[in-house]
Amino acid sequence: MSERISVLKTYKIYIGGSFPRTESGRFYTPTNSKGKSLGNICLSSRKDFRNAVVAARKAFGDWSERTAYNRSQILYRMAEVLEGRKEQFIAELILQDSSAKQAEKEVTVAIDRLVYFAGWCDKYQQIFSSVNPVASSHFNFSAIEPSGVVAIVANQTYSLLGLVSYMAPIIAGGNTCVILASENKPLCSISFAEVLNSSDLPGGVVNILTGKRSELLNQMASHMDVNAMCYANHNWEELIQLKEGAVENLKRIKSYNYELLSSEIENPYLINDFQEVKTTWHPIEVIGAAKASY
Amino acid sequence: MDMSKKKIETKNISWEYAAAPESSSHIQLKEKYDHFINGKFEKPSSGKYFDAINPATEKKIASVAEGSKKDIDKAVKAARNAYDSVWSVMPASERAKYLFRIARLIQEKAREFAVIESLDGGKPIRESRDIDIPLAAAHFFYYAGWADKLDYAFPNRKPKSIGVAGQIIPWNFPLLMAAWKIAPALACGNTVVLKPAETTSLTALKLAELIQESGLPEGVVNIVTGDGKVGAEIVGHEGIDKIAFTGSTDVGKLIQKTIAQTEKKVTLELGGKAANIVFEDAPIDQAIEGIVNGIYFNQGHVCCAGSRLFVQESIKDIFIKKLQDRIETLIVGDPMDKNTDVGAINSKNQWETIQGYIELGVKEGLDIFQSSCSLPKSGYFIKPTVFTGVAQSSKLAKEEIFGPVLAVQTFRTVDEVIEKANNTPYGLSAGVWTDKGSKIFNLTSRLRAGVVWANTYNKFDPTSPFGGYKESGFGREGGLHGLSAYLKFD
Repeated sequence: MSERISVLKTYKIYIGGSFPRTESGRFYTPTNSKGKSLGNICLSSRKDFRNAVVAARKAFGDWSERTAYNRSQILYRMAEVLEGRKEQFIAELILQDSSAKQAEKEVTVAIDRLVYFAGWCDKYQQIFSSVNPVASSHFNFSAIEPSGVVAIVANQTYSLLGLVSYMAPIIAGGNTCVILASENKPLCSISFAEVLNSSDLPGGVVNILTGKRSELLNQMASHMDVNAMCYANHNWEELIQLKEGAVENLKRIKSYNYELLSSEIENPYLINDFQEVKTTWHPIEVIGAAKASY
Repeated sequence: MDMSKKKIETKNISWEYAAAPESSSHIQLKEKYDHFINGKFEKPSSGKYFDAINPATEKKIASVAEGSKKDIDKAVKAARNAYDSVWSVMPASERAKYLFRIARLIQEKAREFAVIESLDGGKPIRESRDIDIPLAAAHFFYYAGWADKLDYAFPNRKPKSIGVAGQIIPWNFPLLMAAWKIAPALACGNTVVLKPAETTSLTALKLAELIQESGLPEGVVNIVTGDGKVGAEIVGHEGIDKIAFTGSTDVGKLIQKTIAQTEKKVTLELGGKAANIVFEDAPIDQAIEGIVNGIYFNQGHVCCAGSRLFVQESIKDIFIKKLQDRIETLIVGDPMDKNTDVGAINSKNQWETIQGYIELGVKEGLDIFQSSCSLPKSGYFIKPTVFTGVAQSSKLAKEEIFGPVLAVQTFRTVDEVIEKANNTPYGLSAGVWTDKGSKIFNLTSRLRAGVVWANTYNKFDPTSPFGGYKESGFGREGGLHGLSAYLKFD
């Protein structure tokens, strides 16, 4: 009996809850350190990015208005599904130059991180909101709201964790996002899209593109319907490029250098970075004017 | 304007308001003001001065030093030195006491500040007396108390001061904006170089005198006067760690671009084009007051002014009629008169800009209503103006006019008005008028704006965070949230 021919996976991109190929029809072929090809990966175009933003914008209203409890359960569901598919991610990480031990660690940390941020979905609001003791007869409170559509340049070093660690706080906060995956280690990003797709996450909340930073960063920074940007790498020139591109619509740009395997990234301030503070005033009728003590 | 001629007429009664001018005899105003650098008043290195003009009379009231790169260099050096040697190492509770002291001194001198604010900027004395100056004092008092409690505001984060802050403020609330900038910066342990707007430098310089009197260590607050070129020197100066700017969106973007290649932190409080939305179930007379206050407060020189009125179609006719009647009763004229509701436009420049928009509206064929009041012969004044039937695409509905010009649009449904209200690159503020609680919360949660007033408008408080979404800028001023603009974290 001849050996079975295994079925190879075609890696596509993830926009609006479906898996199209890049509209450009182009691909690139990253390799690991031994020179082995990682596959024919979609070389996403600026048009793909625009399409992804449209999908993210469309999903924003529903996602931001879901109950915090529901968002929390969906993030937790992602952890459940990822736990069940651990082996696939470990294999992909090993193919992308991780040792077996490193791969195992990266996947388990990613799962735990999802659980961590799942737990924040219905809590950060109380940490960052306030009732303000104004010196007039008004009820005045400040609550936080998601910024909107966030473009994420995932960390390049960690194929899975470099995406999950930033996606989780951003969508936990009610934003939708478009993520540019690690350029040299793109495999886990698209497999993770499959996890998202089976976690009750509405289509369009997370969109994932693969491709070249050199082609897409300008577009990501200057797109007028992107509200904020998360840059998770150390490249100062790229960061300047993003900051300059972001001027036209005053996009909020945040950059991070967290060591992703440690727990230092696990804090609610990362959620708060992609929130806007809204202060609401309303007059209070002065019932106590007659000094009634109820 | 001769106020005694102003008649308020209703059906059978005719009232006349006698003039009630505030005296300016008790104020101390020097003929010439220098920069305030390192605790001393210093002549500008250029030797040049420009005129501070009273916009209500077009008369010069003082000379103000014109800043240059050299002056900024000196001020930044003084601020850095004060930061390193005194302010950042002082116990926070001691920093607090200086700020409390400044708050108290402003209260003691409130009347003098109010009079100078109105003389220099044209705003009604009633507003500078009851709003600008008391709020400025309250702002210092509020942030004073934060100085030694910062760890409680940001648990597990170890907040630290940033260094030298460069602060550039606008001409619409001169002393109040100085307070909004200086108080939190100092409370958080930073030192500052502040540039007031060139048309309204005087109360900032009076504040400098007061700071001197307070005994605040030299160099902690430095004030350099001049125009936008001086502001650009601050933005570009490599000794500055943080920029805080309040002003136009265009300049805000320019600042962003300039500092993109640096690690400077920035907060921007920029323009707005707020929707003030009136539903058919609103308390109509209250809403009229709110609309009038929303757009004619401070001559409409307010970034959060309610410059777009959305009124539900079912009440449009009666509402517009009542609005016009109310506008007819506004007293427009001498800012120093305690009866005045609408004072002088801040500068000739701004007067021309507003006039340009009014002409544009007329050219577009929009229905215009203006108060029938007479205007003073000299000085820069504009009648309270309303355009009705304004299209969403009109420049009057899209651009920030920064004057007493209201653009009225109508709507039928809740979804429609939310869509229209949010259809702007700005997102600073909004107003909602209805007696239905659930409708209020629907609107206030769906309007994309940093401050939402429901059944009220243009209210401010030091404890209340203020700032915008989208192209209205980022960062908040006021409240606990206002602290993070002046801190860095591990």
